[in-house]
Amino acid sequence: MTTEVRPVPPAVEPPSAPLTEPVAPQGLSPAGRRRSLGVGKVIRWLLLLAFTVAFVYPLVWLVGASLKPKSQVFDNRLVPETIQWSNFQEVWNAGPVLRWLVNSVTVSVMAAVAVTLSSALVAFGFAYFRFRLRGPLFGLVLATMMLPGAVTMIPVYLIWHQVGLIDTQVPLWANNLFGSAFYIFLMRQFFLGIPRELFEAARIDGCSYLGLFRRIALPLCRPALIIVFIFELQASWSDLLKPLIYLQTEEYFTMPRGLKQIVDGFALSGEYHWEIAMAATLVATLPMIVVFAFGQRYFMEGLATTAKQG
Amino acid sequence: MGSRSLLQRREGRAAYLFIAPWIIGFLVFTAGPMVASLWLSFTDYSLVDPARSVGAANYQQLLEDPRVAKSLANTFVYAALFVPLGTVVALALAMLLQKVGRASGFFRTVFYLPVMTPAVAAGAMFLLLLNGQRGLVNQVLAWFGVTGPNWTSDPAWLKPSLAVVSLWTVGGSIIIYLAALNNVPRQLHEAALLDGAGPVRRFVSVTLPMISGALFFTIITHTIAAMQMFDQAYTMFYGPQQKSTASDESLVYMVYLFQNAFEFFKMGFASAMAWLLFVIILVITVIQVRVGNRFVYYEGESTR
Repeated sequence: MTTEVRPVPPAVEPPSAPLTEPVAPQGLSPAGRRRSLGVGKVIRWLLLLAFTVAFVYPLVWLVGASLKPKSQVFDNRLVPETIQWSNFQEVWNAGPVLRWLVNSVTVSVMAAVAVTLSSALVAFGFAYFRFRLRGPLFGLVLATMMLPGAVTMIPVYLIWHQVGLIDTQVPLWANNLFGSAFYIFLMRQFFLGIPRELFEAARIDGCSYLGLFRRIALPLCRPALIIVFIFELQASWSDLLKPLIYLQTEEYFTMPRGLKQIVDGFALSGEYHWEIAMAATLVATLPMIVVFAFGQRYFMEGLATTAKQG
Repeated sequence: MGSRSLLQRREGRAAYLFIAPWIIGFLVFTAGPMVASLWLSFTDYSLVDPARSVGAANYQQLLEDPRVAKSLANTFVYAALFVPLGTVVALALAMLLQKVGRASGFFRTVFYLPVMTPAVAAGAMFLLLLNGQRGLVNQVLAWFGVTGPNWTSDPAWLKPSLAVVSLWTVGGSIIIYLAALNNVPRQLHEAALLDGAGPVRRFVSVTLPMISGALFFTIITHTIAAMQMFDQAYTMFYGPQQKSTASDESLVYMVYLFQNAFEFFKMGFASAMAWLLFVIILVITVIQVRVGNRFVYYEGESTR
């Protein structure tokens, strides 16, 4: 799958430059081409506009729906006829929402920090050193990406059961302390892009291996660290399966787990208060929108790097 | 000579210290559990009573339980809907974006935004948007004279509605394809143009081969993910209130596996289910790699 692996330069160019460069070949005969290009251009922009609406409208609609009274939540209006702020009060009363948010922040930050540091350490081991089992072991790292989580799910649950950590948040992030295959792969690519002479010069100056990692590799690959951190932050925030498996006490729920409970209790049963479910949905989504607003370029860059590696 | 091998040995020791976290994690959270899972799949373990060996009874039951076959079929249908559709839509949008120059930055943001929505949130939203009577999707369809189905309640439309939600979060592929498209050397297109190749010919003979690596990567990862789909299906169609009403048409494999393991506590049977899933994913991936190797072009191959 990864025959040609191009080292990624550690220094980061702004992603907009390579990504927006138009590659479309220009027409051969300017006069004849221009008109058909004009029509094509209009169609192109109309299509893009239609898809923009399709992708963004649900999120904007969500804001409106979260503020509607029960009788209007199905009216498909973007701006509510009557604004009912009390929906959020109802969400607040529906469960310990603040606790859920704090839990989610704690869990996802722990998961992201743990996986970033451990994966970087392991990736550096595979990128810098030459040792006998490097090839087979790295192959094993890549092979684990194909293993469905379902295979290890039950025994891992039994491990946490054995050590008495069921119904705590530890199982939601602790195995991230041991690195994650895809992130190890990704960061190794970045480390391989660092000129080896840099390390050799530092070695001659008496720098330790840990020093090479901390003072050269990590600072030069800061973008890679942020990419891994932010991807894991998002993945961990969204996860429903692990919180379902490990958490029973409402107080310990993460936000998605709490949201599932609110949707179950208010919208899919009882008096079908969809407006409360929508307000809770907005509360669970907004933090990630904020993360995206700040970390956007790293998401784009991480994905572009993945494309080159494919 | 002697000092060099000493250095090598020291370097080797340091290397293993660096990769030690992964080795420990692999033994404790992957290799060990794999062995345990295989063993459990031959027992009737239920968390309460000690495990008793039941031979191959769990595997026998895989064949006999109609819901295993049903959930597997559902998962295949969902994957067969989402993976091709998602690939085509994402590639088409990426190609559109490639043509709009500077503005593509804005559209990339817009198309990626839904990916940030947690699966539970997306599922909850689309339960409303896809509502058969009053949902927005059917209202838009009605403008074009199409009577939309009861997406979330008609058993025949449950899997398509899951695919629709997944399609909404296809932004990651768009970004990957766009980056791959922009890596296609301009000269190749120009050379093809000089040879008189039309747009279709250029797409098939230049663009597709040059981005085949990225296509291949996303198709494989999306297939593996689709086979393990859980969050959306569970959010939209399962939960404590729905045990009696949920239609088996929305029962994807991971939901049934989860129910067996953590709702019915049939952990032996669930382990057998997990191994079946592993084998299926392995077979699909091997087939995809075989087929892929015939079509995928890797840069630098000829120089090797």
